[in-house]
Amino acid sequence: MTRNILILGATSGIARGIANAFAKKGDNLFLAGRDESELNKIAQDLKIRFNITAETLKFDIEKDQPIKIDNLDGVVFSIGYDGPEIEKVLAINFTQAVHALNYYAEYFKNKKQGFIIGLSSVAGDRGRQSNFMYGSAKAGFSAYLQGLRNTLFNHNVSVITIKPGFVDTVQTFGKPGLFLVADPNVIGEKIANAVDKKSDVLYLPWFWKYIMCVIKSIPECMFKRLSL
Amino acid sequence: MRTKTSEISGWGRYPVQSCNLMRPEKYADLHAYTDSCIARGQGRSYGDASLNHDHAVILTEKLNRFIRFDQKTGIITAEAGLALIDLLTVIVPAGWFVPVTPGTQFVSLGGCVAADVHGKNHHRVGSFGQHALNLKLILADGSHITCSPSENTEIFFATVGGMGLTGIIGEVTLQLIPIKSQFMAVQHHAVTDLAEMGIYDDDYSVTWLDTERERGIVMTAHHADGSLKLNADKNKTGLRPPSFLLNHYSIRLFNYLYFQKNSRKSNFSSDYKPYFYPLDKITDWNKMYGKQGFVQYQCVFPKQAALIGIHEILKIMKKNNTVSFLSVLKRLGKSSGGLLSFPMEGLTLAMDIAFNSSTLKLLKEFDQIVLAHQGRVYLAKDACLSPESFRAMYPQYEKFAEIKHKIDPQNIFSSSLSKRLQIGN
Repeated sequence: MTRNILILGATSGIARGIANAFAKKGDNLFLAGRDESELNKIAQDLKIRFNITAETLKFDIEKDQPIKIDNLDGVVFSIGYDGPEIEKVLAINFTQAVHALNYYAEYFKNKKQGFIIGLSSVAGDRGRQSNFMYGSAKAGFSAYLQGLRNTLFNHNVSVITIKPGFVDTVQTFGKPGLFLVADPNVIGEKIANAVDKKSDVLYLPWFWKYIMCVIKSIPECMFKRLSL
Repeated sequence: MRTKTSEISGWGRYPVQSCNLMRPEKYADLHAYTDSCIARGQGRSYGDASLNHDHAVILTEKLNRFIRFDQKTGIITAEAGLALIDLLTVIVPAGWFVPVTPGTQFVSLGGCVAADVHGKNHHRVGSFGQHALNLKLILADGSHITCSPSENTEIFFATVGGMGLTGIIGEVTLQLIPIKSQFMAVQHHAVTDLAEMGIYDDDYSVTWLDTERERGIVMTAHHADGSLKLNADKNKTGLRPPSFLLNHYSIRLFNYLYFQKNSRKSNFSSDYKPYFYPLDKITDWNKMYGKQGFVQYQCVFPKQAALIGIHEILKIMKKNNTVSFLSVLKRLGKSSGGLLSFPMEGLTLAMDIAFNSSTLKLLKEFDQIVLAHQGRVYLAKDACLSPESFRAMYPQYEKFAEIKHKIDPQNIFSSSLSKRLQIGN
């Protein structure tokens, strides 16, 4: 069955991997984002590669209300921001994300089916001095998705939390100290498959689950002394 | 944009140089550059064409979007970072094929234009650039221009075969050819005298060469009709022979056995992949030559002198006790008009030679033979040519330099190859 899937924040490297993976399964896509010319390029590319329909929608999470789309089957939230503006980090990664997803949660709840995929981050698993503004916003977002999953379970709507580690995109390219950087197309396929597998929380690549398990288990009295 | 400093090489793994890599993900990220840089697609040129020692290398692998595909006319436009393998996945099921293909699918469209690559059908249809309807080019000042055989003509013919030195190729529009089946109808003909090669012909034709015995197998083919079914050459999974197995004795034995096996095959059908891209099945086959890497020496001799020139090269090979694991002879047709384009009417010889301390000296001897017969060496495979030999082999260089100076006066687009050959300064 062909599904209609909305990708919010569709121009990032990881979102392109996700779009490719859904398109490969034959799903039709709605690509939303700020950079319209880039969205059009991606949509055109998906149409030619996979023979699907792909529409583009201008969407700026800081300004626009959630986009209403009929017959939607799933939403992927892949908008994220990290930078020096703390208010913006907290807003985009948490409050505005919640605002947008609440709309689709209500939509799927009434429809009694659908899925929501939220791209959170391993950075939200434990606050570290190097990026805890971003980390705390993502921690809030993870907790939100968790509660949403619990809420929508009885309404036949699945909510999937994705926690990617290092993915090979423009954000990570050339950054020192990264290891085992994953291909966004591989990550995209895992994310698309998570819908069929009915995953709840998915670390990508898989070994991040164990890395974070170790990091989370360090007692706070020791953790506070580490420079991570 | 962030840069990453890495030791990289071309496909031959010689030379290896530290370069500052940048990898834009959006076409809009390509802008004016102020310091030396060169575009690199899939890194399948063999020598130093896609390297820029201690300077910028712009990786185009993420600039790989399809832009337009007209299934009725077979005209396709895509960003230049698109690899042939991705292009074929889309066009073959729709009944189209690339007009010209090199021996690997892991090559970008931009690379195909920049090296003006040729395929087994060059004697009939010419090189890649002859089928490019137009190109989008990002010049040194950051402007985006379109060039084609009728628009910005000079720039077009400097870019086709221009080794990326005129600008960054942004988009390529290509005229595809229709096919009725994904299979090839193949014929093998053993020849013990290379002069007999010319007897056999088809749309595609290439000769596998046993350099020691100067004999070969002419392999001819054409795209099959839809009725043909696969009966041979199943896709076997590739193995990578460890480098210690690759020595004089094993290579000689391999060439002997290869001749025995393949000379007897005739009239079979093969999927296009094993036919055009036999080595793509072997992952990283370039690593077979060990740490030192290898060079692929490819030269072309004009028609009249071809057999003599090739014989002279093979004689030096034997004298030096050097063997080539894979050697190929191919008839080339008319030149495309690309000012630094490699193909010229005649015969081209390509040999893979493991790199060692005497290789450079050997290649210098080859160069002298090539020069003596008015031939030339293929820049996409070269790592050793001198500026003087280059100028003698590429008589249209002066014209190229003039155009380059007009659009890139500060010589921004430069590579380790262009610096070695003193192109543009």
